[in-house]
Amino acid sequence: MYLTDEEKSILNGEHGFGNMKAMELLVGLGKAFDAEKLIPVSRAHVALSGQEGDTYWCELLVNGGASCKVSPTTNPSWDVENLTKIYDVTSYERELGERTIDVYRRIGAKLTFCCTPGLGTNVPFLGEHIAFSESSATPYVNSVLGARSNRESSVSALAAAVIGKTPYYGFHLDENRTGDFLIDVDAQMEDPYDWGILGYAVGKIAGSRIPVLRFNNLCKRPGPEDFLYFGAEAATSGSVAMYHFVGITPEAGTIEDAFKGKKVPSSETMINQKTLDDQEAKISVGETGPINLVMLGCPHYTFDQIKEVERLMNGRKVHSGTAFWILSSVDAIELAERSGIRQRLEKLGVRIVADTCIDEPCWKSFEGSLGVTDSPKCAYYRERRGQPFVVRRLVQCVESAVNGRVR
Amino acid sequence: MDGNTKVYKCRCIVKGSYAGEAIVSRDPMCFYLCNPETGEVIERNHAIHGRSIANKVLVLKSGKGSSVVQVDGFYQLKAKNTLPGAIIIRDTEPVIVSAAVVMGTTMVDRMESDPFDAISDGDYVEVDADAGEVRVRKAGN
Repeated sequence: MYLTDEEKSILNGEHGFGNMKAMELLVGLGKAFDAEKLIPVSRAHVALSGQEGDTYWCELLVNGGASCKVSPTTNPSWDVENLTKIYDVTSYERELGERTIDVYRRIGAKLTFCCTPGLGTNVPFLGEHIAFSESSATPYVNSVLGARSNRESSVSALAAAVIGKTPYYGFHLDENRTGDFLIDVDAQMEDPYDWGILGYAVGKIAGSRIPVLRFNNLCKRPGPEDFLYFGAEAATSGSVAMYHFVGITPEAGTIEDAFKGKKVPSSETMINQKTLDDQEAKISVGETGPINLVMLGCPHYTFDQIKEVERLMNGRKVHSGTAFWILSSVDAIELAERSGIRQRLEKLGVRIVADTCIDEPCWKSFEGSLGVTDSPKCAYYRERRGQPFVVRRLVQCVESAVNGRVR
Repeated sequence: MDGNTKVYKCRCIVKGSYAGEAIVSRDPMCFYLCNPETGEVIERNHAIHGRSIANKVLVLKSGKGSSVVQVDGFYQLKAKNTLPGAIIIRDTEPVIVSAAVVMGTTMVDRMESDPFDAISDGDYVEVDADAGEVRVRKAGN
């Protein structure tokens, strides 16, 4: 791997320990993927989590004198200040939450604490070389916006932000962005949940390959939430970081574009309504009965989704034994507040919180009982924390909140 | 080295060497869905669900899952000394490489034979990343 004299001197520790560790990781990755060199990145997004492994790495860099050349936006951890007024955490968990915020502030990140940067706070242009972690954000910026990011980990995205560079391999190169196989889809795609189910099914087939989806009879063009749900689930059941929708995403104007330079293959599989219904049945399997939590916002809910919750609540109150939380971005919540939706939802028992992920210690008082979510990704990651989640579409999540039980 | 040991060339991703019992996962893994106390895989329907990867030589299809929990999974297992001693990976992907580099877990790839053919559960495997070699003694020999 070619390194400039300056890059070599960083690797040798002449620019401090923090820069050296960051460079070691970039070079390690570059060698593993046969990168010829490092290239500058203009943006980064770090999937910080408030988990020890990730905070450890940021502390290692910043305490070693590093700061960000390219200021990255950040994922949510949790709203330590407000949620600790309501829910119990241990002093260690509280300290870790505060440490995380402090250390990312010190390294010079933009503290957006939102997992959907491509929707507002960090929107790259077509062809821009970037380093985005967050498994739902990477497919979005690559596929929907046409920017160029590898499937970065939180640690490699932070290293790229510190050095301002990333190894030149994978999705940065034209030849690695073209489709690997074709899927035909003929199904009703009504709302983001349907796109999530489709993403889950596609991720299982794709693994890390680039799927090209050709839709028959699509009733409407997918919107931001639809793309987000599709990518989030394809990156949960598989490790999809790039996909093409023929005639929809920017590098797939035609099917030939999607497979540029390769022969267009015949369709590997057909996904129809039955495939999706079967997939939904598998995902939504689980207990029924009383619930203590409805949690939406994995990925973070947009303003339009918050509005849709209000419409479905239709003035009814959340059941007394059930908490209803929507996790969202600061900007969407500000809009909800200005338009009065937040205040009206709160009166019904639906609360909205910023800066917060589903997988955080602040939610542990709900463990041991059943939760409901519209996100298979949420259910997958909460498994480790001992709260089983039943996955339902939004309309059923709302009904479950009102009734205090899931059917 | 005896006649029952086969030697395969491989490529070093993270330096180091380790020898131990092999465990083979034909499914990709998210290390976050392991119990750090025991190294047991807790992901339902996983190829090695309920089995421990602690201090073994893990022969792994690939990594998967969110871009941050993999690193925390490695960190938690390292803190409890339940990480695999070395990982032989078949389909290399960036997130698991990041986690292994940051936590200093010995990792190799590009074995000259398909590791799923060459290595079975319970084989005694030496991973010498520095020399670019994997040495396999089949169980029962």
